[in-house]
Amino acid sequence: MNWLLVVAGAVFGAPARYLTDRWVQARHDSVFPWGTFAVNVAGSFVLGVVTGSGEIPAKVQLLVGTGFCGALTTYSTFSFETLRLAEDGAGFYAVANVVGSIAAGLGAAFSGAAVASALWS
Amino acid sequence: MDGRSEALGAPGAVSPRPRPRVVHGQGPVLAVVALGGALGACARYGAGLLWPAPAGGFPWTTLGVNALGCLVIGAFLVAITEGRPVHRLVRPFFGTGVLGGFTTFSTYAVDIRRLVEGGRPAAGLLYLLLTVAAALVAVWTGAAVTRRIVRATERRPG
Repeated sequence: MNWLLVVAGAVFGAPARYLTDRWVQARHDSVFPWGTFAVNVAGSFVLGVVTGSGEIPAKVQLLVGTGFCGALTTYSTFSFETLRLAEDGAGFYAVANVVGSIAAGLGAAFSGAAVASALWS
Repeated sequence: MDGRSEALGAPGAVSPRPRPRVVHGQGPVLAVVALGGALGACARYGAGLLWPAPAGGFPWTTLGVNALGCLVIGAFLVAITEGRPVHRLVRPFFGTGVLGGFTTFSTYAVDIRRLVEGGRPAAGLLYLLLTVAAALVAVWTGAAVTRRIVRATERRPG
């Protein structure tokens, strides 16, 4: 049952990342990987909400947290895009991607948890 | 990832490149991304069951999962873009799906928050820095080693 919840979340999370990335990347001309940035920040916010309150059932955490948010967000593409920026001589963007993604992801995780504790406490 | 819509527009090109359509014609790609994502997420979930992080403890398993995924994506993307061409669904299945589903940014961010809120800000900062350092070293290593192998293979006749 738990495995099925993870699968059910991931089969939506991974395509949502792919489509969001396509949608975002088609709408700007900068070399900055805004698509991956967007899914990582959005997923960190949702996981912040899901884990920010003790009131969320474990099965919902598996479906929405481990499955959906885990598959929506990615560290591998984030790292590879950073490497590619560095290799292409866009060192500033590479550093900005690392610092910006981590800062915004953390901000999103903390905000999500604050929303959760406001909603369920 | 069809070449028509994924081609990078040259800067300063005369006509603006057409906006690729986001969903149209993406059925097979979405299916393999979903399948790969489910497999990757299950592998990550399984790793967490095998090596559970102690409550309030240092999330070594997620760190290991993310570093491993970065090592593999570096090797994989160099192999298929600089080495032998592969079927057009291989990259969305394995790169976007499996490795994207395996690694996670959201758990990374939330685990840092947990450490900080749990009164361990130094451990949170250490985890933040260790993960990003391991991920970048891993993706660079995977790409560099594979690039050497690809070039060595190309030099061989036949």
